[in-house]
Formats: sequence, structure tokens, C-alpha cells
Amino acid sequence: MKISAKEVQNVAELARLELDEALTAKLADQIGSILNYVDTLKKVDTTGVPPTNHALSLSNAFREDVVVPSPGTDKALANAPLKENGCFVVPKIVG
Amino acid sequence: MTYEVVIGLEIHAQLKTDTKIFCGCSTRFGAAPNSQTCPVCLGMPGVLPVVNKKAVEYAIKAGLSMNCDILMDNRFARKNYFYPDLPMGYQITQFDLPIAQKGYLDITLGNGSKKRIGITRIHMENDAGKSNHDPHRPISLVDLNRAGTPLIEIVSEPDMRSAEEAGAFMRQIHALVRYVGVCDGNMEEGSLRCDANVSLRRPGASQFGTRTEMKNLNSFRNIERAIVSEINRQADILDDGGAIVQETRLWNADEGKSVSMRSKEDAHDYRYFPDPDLLPIIIDEVWLARIKDSIPELPEAKKERYSSELGLSAEDAAVLTSSIELARYFERCLAMINKPKLVANWVMVSLLALINAQNISIDDAPVSPESLAELLALVDTDVISGTMAKTVFEDMAKSGKSPKLIVEEKGLAQVSDTSEIEAIVDRILNENPSEVDAFKGGKTKLMGFFVGQIMRATQGKANPAVVNQLLADKLK
Repeated sequence: MKISAKEVQNVAELARLELDEALTAKLADQIGSILNYVDTLKKVDTTGVPPTNHALSLSNAFREDVVVPSPGTDKALANAPLKENGCFVVPKIVG
Repeated sequence: MTYEVVIGLEIHAQLKTDTKIFCGCSTRFGAAPNSQTCPVCLGMPGVLPVVNKKAVEYAIKAGLSMNCDILMDNRFARKNYFYPDLPMGYQITQFDLPIAQKGYLDITLGNGSKKRIGITRIHMENDAGKSNHDPHRPISLVDLNRAGTPLIEIVSEPDMRSAEEAGAFMRQIHALVRYVGVCDGNMEEGSLRCDANVSLRRPGASQFGTRTEMKNLNSFRNIERAIVSEINRQADILDDGGAIVQETRLWNADEGKSVSMRSKEDAHDYRYFPDPDLLPIIIDEVWLARIKDSIPELPEAKKERYSSELGLSAEDAAVLTSSIELARYFERCLAMINKPKLVANWVMVSLLALINAQNISIDDAPVSPESLAELLALVDTDVISGTMAKTVFEDMAKSGKSPKLIVEEKGLAQVSDTSEIEAIVDRILNENPSEVDAFKGGKTKLMGFFVGQIMRATQGKANPAVVNQLLADKLK
């Protein structure tokens, strides 16, 4: 299975990554070989094998519904480049 | 031209847990911005989410109450998109293996007919934060207190064919989530929100038309208004030979119209994949049975029982079961005085009038179900008349006193002593000889006049049955 440069560009855009033409071609090649490997795996006969939901054979890691005190607004905003009135400041999102 | 309307709803209900779905931060509404956040819900690198067990139980409860199959083996997935109110860059939700699917609800329409609306699926997910847009500067302020709040999204089948049906479905969902206690149903605070997918097609067409998604429907009235407005907008376009553009539209309740929302870029390419940070959820029969047992009698079953066992009309049963609080009030009152019709009438007329006039919730009613039962016992045993009881009820609401005390203090007890009433009847008949003659001459309508005079003379305290009997005997 191959992946086109256009598809790589599309995925990069969705991830907000800027790729030049050379890197796009290189990645298309590398991703393509990963996909080829997956195709190889697909050839294994898995009749009767239940689908793997998770790499770990564990389930149900729960916590009880008990409040844990939060670190607070100041700590939450400590690394924020811009803040105001206890909020994160971001470029206007709507309209 | 006539069109068939096709509507599907996507309903988000905030689960009534104390903490968020993947961390121990409080979900309390109205706290100072970002005070209820931690590295997990802020999406800091290296943190791991851990599922709130109660959120899972609530989602199962909701699923069971909506007749869904529960997926005994379900898991979380990541829905990837960038938005400032989504700190992780993805929403944790469920994709191919949601916790519940293939359910339905039966709605009752205005003409009394029933209709079954399919529920495609119910999945768990975390909520995003809240953005406030500065009106003057090109910035938005982000508060992440709400980020990580547990939600269920209920996705209906496109089974609704009018705004009325959509409104009825939403009301049913609202009542249900409150009955089973998984969501407070507060639409103003956003605990229960609804998006509507609307499309039109020619009657008999096999394929759906292009749909639009309407957002920001925060009341039952707005859901119905917005859908009617969207139906008209689409019909106008189609009538003019135009085509509907698939888009998300934002309802503006103040202006009574919707506007096209700037669509999120690549909004439909979410690249879902199983979240490797979270383990699958496996529900066993014992756990499921325990949750099943915790579900109270649901509105449909209650409605049915009120009609079949208590002998109430379908309309009355529908009103009394419309909310869990009202049904609980009715049942508590009924437990003390087993007169279903009497209790039903008082709860629906006097209690609801009081609640509406004071704009309070039933749980805050100044007259408790036990006090109302005490009052109705006085009516039932002829201590006071039904008319008098209304006055006493008003007094109870104002003073908080017990009905017995009010009747005693104001001397309102009904007089049923025949000899006492007879003296008054005789006096009234003596004072009105011409009316007596007229009555005997055939003007039987004058009976009302005599009863009125006697009631006035006794300040309404004479037992009406005794008065009628005495008058009938004496005017023969």
C-alpha cells in the first residue's frame, strides 16, 4: 500500500505541521513502507482469534467519584503566555 | 410544494457526578475560572486519565432507561481536532464501541397518539472548556473548569417528522435523565443541550435530502422554534429551485432566526483511534444487574400504573408523571390518604398553581405532601367542605401552619349537625315567602338561591349535603 504526497500533506495540515516538498516525499516513502508492513500483517490468518481491544490485557481501571482538591487558578495559568481574569487568553475564535 | 421533514437529534447530557470523568476535579457550576482544573484536564504532557466509575454507571443507567443494548465490552477513542477550549488537542469519546446502542423511546403527541423514536447510540465523552469572546479586542478568554466534565451523547435515529415530535422527544429525554438521576436537566446552565439535524425530501423519496445541523438549542421552546424556522428556510430554497448547503447553523433565540456558523476547518476528518491511555471497560452481569436494580419506576410504566391501578385518566397520569418531583409528591401524599382522584386533582390544580405563581420547584413547595394529605383527610371526613379547603390551602401556603390548626383557629369546621342547620333553613324559608311560593309553583332553579342564602348565613360552614337534603324535604 502506498500513500500519496497529497495525502501526507492533508494529514500534516490536520496536525498543523508545515512540510516542504522534500520532507513530504520522504515521509510518504516512510509511511508507505509502514503501511506495507501492516499489509503483511493483514495476511495472517486470524480466524477464531478475538480482536485485541488494547495492547495490555487489563481492563476497568476506575477511580471513585471523590473530589481531589485542584492546584488552583494560579498554578493552572503558570505557564500561560497570556492570561487575564483567571483565564487563558487566546486569539479570538469566533466571528 | 410539500416536503417530508426528517429530524434527528444529538443530545448532550452532563452526568451528575461530583468529579470529572478522568480526574478528581470538582464539577461544581459557577466556580472561579480555572480553579477546578489539574494537569489531567489541562492536557499537560505525561498525565494519565483514570475513569470515574460513577460516570460509567450513570451512562449504563441512561442506556437501560432508554431501552438500549449495553455493550459489555466498550472502549474510549480519541477524536482529533484543534480548538482553544480543548486543551489536549483531542476529545476523549467513544467511537466504534459505545457503551449503549440500539434503543428507543415512545413519545406521546398532542393528539394522544404514540410514536417510537429509535436511539442509535449513547456514548461517554468529556466536555470542552468555555470561551468568552471579548467584544472589543480580538481575543477570547478560556476557562477550563468545564473541560473534562462527564457527558453522554444520545444520538437519535432520523425518525422525527415535525418540530412537535422533536420537542416531545427532548421532553421525554429530559424527564428520563432526571427520573434515573443521572443529569440535573438544567438546560439554561447547559447540563442538557441539543443539536438538531434537519432535512427535507419529497414525500415518498427513498433518500434523505441534504441536512443542516442546528446548534445552541437551550430550551424546549427554542428547539421547536428553531426547527420550524429551519424547515421554512429549506422549503423556500427548494421551492426556488435551489440546493441546501450542508452546514452547521447557530440559532439566535433573540432574533428568532439562525445564521450559518463558520465551519471548523476539516471538521469532518477527526481521525478517530482507540485511546491507548485508557483500558477497555468490561461490564459483567453482576454489575449490570446491580445497576438495573437501582433504576426507579420509569415515567411510561408509572403512567400506565396510574391509569390501570389508580383509575386516573390518561391525561392526569401524563401530567403527574411529567417530572419525578411531581410524581414523588403525588405518591407521598397518596401514601397518607388513599384517594387517588382527590389527591390527583389537588396536586394538579392547587399545588401546581401555587408552584407556578411563586415560580419555585416542587421540592420547595411551602405545603408538604404530608400537610396536603392532612388537609384532604379533613375534606374526606366532612370536617370542612372542598370550597373551604381551598381557603385553608392558601393559608397553609402563606403561614406554614397545619390545616387542623387553621380550621380550629378560624372556626372553619363544617357544621353537619342537622338540628343546627335546620333552624337556619327554617329562618331563610320564613324570610323569603314569595320565593318559596315560586319554587313550589315550579321555579326549581330557586334551589340555588336558597342554598346560597343558607351558606351566607353560616359563612359557608354548613355541610352542603345536609342543606340540600333539608331543603328538599321542606320544599316538597
